[in-house]
Amino acid sequence: MSADALAAPAGSYPDATGHFGRFGGRFVPEALVAALDELDGAWRTATADEAFRAEFGALLRDYAGTPSLLYEARRFSAKVGARVLLKREDLNHTGAHKVRNVLGQALLTKRMGKKRVIAETGAGQHGVATATAAALFDLECVVYMGEVDTQRQALNVARMRMLGATVVPVTTGSRTLKDAMNEAMRDWVANVDSTHYLIGTAAGPHPFPAMVRDFVRGIGDEARQQCLDLTGALPDAVTACVGGGSNALGIFHAFVDDPDVRLYGFEAGGDGVATGRHAASITGGSSGVLHGTRTYVLQDADGQTVESHSISAGLDYPGVGPEHAWLHDTGRATYLPVTDAEAMAAFEVLCRTEGIIPAIESSHALAGTVAVAPKLAAELGREPVVVVNLSGRGDKDVHTAGEYFGILDKE
Amino acid sequence: MSRIGVAFDKARADGRAVLVGCMPAGFPTVEGSIAAMTAMVEAGVDVIEVEIPYSDPVMDGPVIQKASDIALAGGVRVADTLRIIEAVAATGAPVVTMTYWNPIEQYGVDAFARDLAAAGGTGLITPDLIPDEAQEWLAASDAYGLDRTFLVSPSSTDARLRMTVEHCRGFVYATAIMGVTGARAQTSEAAPVLVSRVREVTDLPVGVGLGVGTGAQASTVAGYADGVIVGSALIRRLLDAPDLPSGLTALRALSAELAEGVRTPTR
Repeated sequence: MSADALAAPAGSYPDATGHFGRFGGRFVPEALVAALDELDGAWRTATADEAFRAEFGALLRDYAGTPSLLYEARRFSAKVGARVLLKREDLNHTGAHKVRNVLGQALLTKRMGKKRVIAETGAGQHGVATATAAALFDLECVVYMGEVDTQRQALNVARMRMLGATVVPVTTGSRTLKDAMNEAMRDWVANVDSTHYLIGTAAGPHPFPAMVRDFVRGIGDEARQQCLDLTGALPDAVTACVGGGSNALGIFHAFVDDPDVRLYGFEAGGDGVATGRHAASITGGSSGVLHGTRTYVLQDADGQTVESHSISAGLDYPGVGPEHAWLHDTGRATYLPVTDAEAMAAFEVLCRTEGIIPAIESSHALAGTVAVAPKLAAELGREPVVVVNLSGRGDKDVHTAGEYFGILDKE
Repeated sequence: MSRIGVAFDKARADGRAVLVGCMPAGFPTVEGSIAAMTAMVEAGVDVIEVEIPYSDPVMDGPVIQKASDIALAGGVRVADTLRIIEAVAATGAPVVTMTYWNPIEQYGVDAFARDLAAAGGTGLITPDLIPDEAQEWLAASDAYGLDRTFLVSPSSTDARLRMTVEHCRGFVYATAIMGVTGARAQTSEAAPVLVSRVREVTDLPVGVGLGVGTGAQASTVAGYADGVIVGSALIRRLLDAPDLPSGLTALRALSAELAEGVRTPTR
């Protein structure tokens, strides 16, 4: 099925200029419009081209290791009160769903004749994935990473450098993902002729939100068929964590037209939305413009971006992809916050019941599933079947988790 | 015709370019920024561009970003910006406002246009708002008689250049280089080409910004453009100074040098 991951109809959204209802669009310097138009054209032509689709499909299969497994987590299920099926994106090459997006965009970069890619990264997973694809495709690679994140994800910095990428620590603003994105945008404005900005999530100006979604939507296409094969029916719910939101859109998209399948996105609630220290843009933010798109944003009354907080570097972003903003407004998907503590509790349960160390990002999806399972069971009058996107593995988080649980030996 | 248009017409009649000087509102403080902009006017800057500080200024280089961070850390609000505009407009110089879009969207587009007009502002320069997304601003600027300056870039196609310029009023902002704000050692070779492309589709005056920081560069740009827009080099005079009075002295000196530059265009 991954051999034709782009063949299915892309759906009617966004519109031709990248709007999802009142969200999305392009709020960018004019200097970038020509490059965005070029990218939009290259993407549309490529996805209509059978040779491109075949090459992308072969890479996903032979290089990334997809379709990823849909694994029935029986011991975890017993703790949750739901039949939990884990979409094992953590088993992909580089350890997360993000490899799908970077392979697609790297192929497009070659097609556009560009020789250099830049990327922003929070946890480092997208940076590692980009550095990986750049090595494979012989592209120069520069990754912008907030200085705070380079410290809490030092292992991923080393991985990127081993793969030949230049990692630039960003020291402006809050020195996290949003500031890394600002620096990447500045680089792109200055070098747009030679450079593709390989955005790591389904956010930013059109066509990025739709294009990234389409490159990762194989997750949901696979999971939908795998669930039918395994259970004979569609799941009752599909759950995912939401930072920028690419893994969630990737798994949601195949189910959007299945009205009986509930879609849940779990945002990073940090210390709790009420404390103000969180990264829950939909449940704790408001409509605004950030990084080239209109979406939900954490901001003050003057429209200044407010710093986000999460134990998970990959979710620590004060915005969200515009399609999520729209799915929230239309009511098709439900967004709820999950605190650091809830996520870490679920992290521990999965480790101990299944022998799987999840990414802290994905642990938000696990914790959210634990929280909504009783309600689902009550509604359905039976044990619900829930597909959880286990979007990444937790190797990169061992230090953070070790400190959190106090299990690192003191030096 | 807008006050900006009058300033450009007068300069054109005098055979020189207009000097536009940019300063973030509230940098280094609200009162300090009023003093700085007033000093710039006294030293020969024709038009003041007041930038509303924003947390994520992706079109700006390190100098303006640092000044914006200082202003925001000092607690400046959009309402303070309007007060600053009012104070600077009282000097008689036209005041144009440069702003990223989100602060305006949160203030309310119509409300901001109303309050900007009431404060004596002439219009907006919008670095991350392209006409394609500007329906609300087009309506509000019409309602309150404000100018609209959208940016054109060396990468703009002919069709986009024409469309963008058609939506401008007051003057057109041509970005001299592919990049962010900040003074550079050499002036752009792309800028004269871009200005002549704009002239093919409009009679509106064309200002050139990005990378101008010396009197000689101002003279060069004045040779082909109607306006020379300078920000980072002026701001740096305040950033590098040990205190505000010596910063203002340095600011006056550079303003005078630039004013001389636009009066002696290199043809």
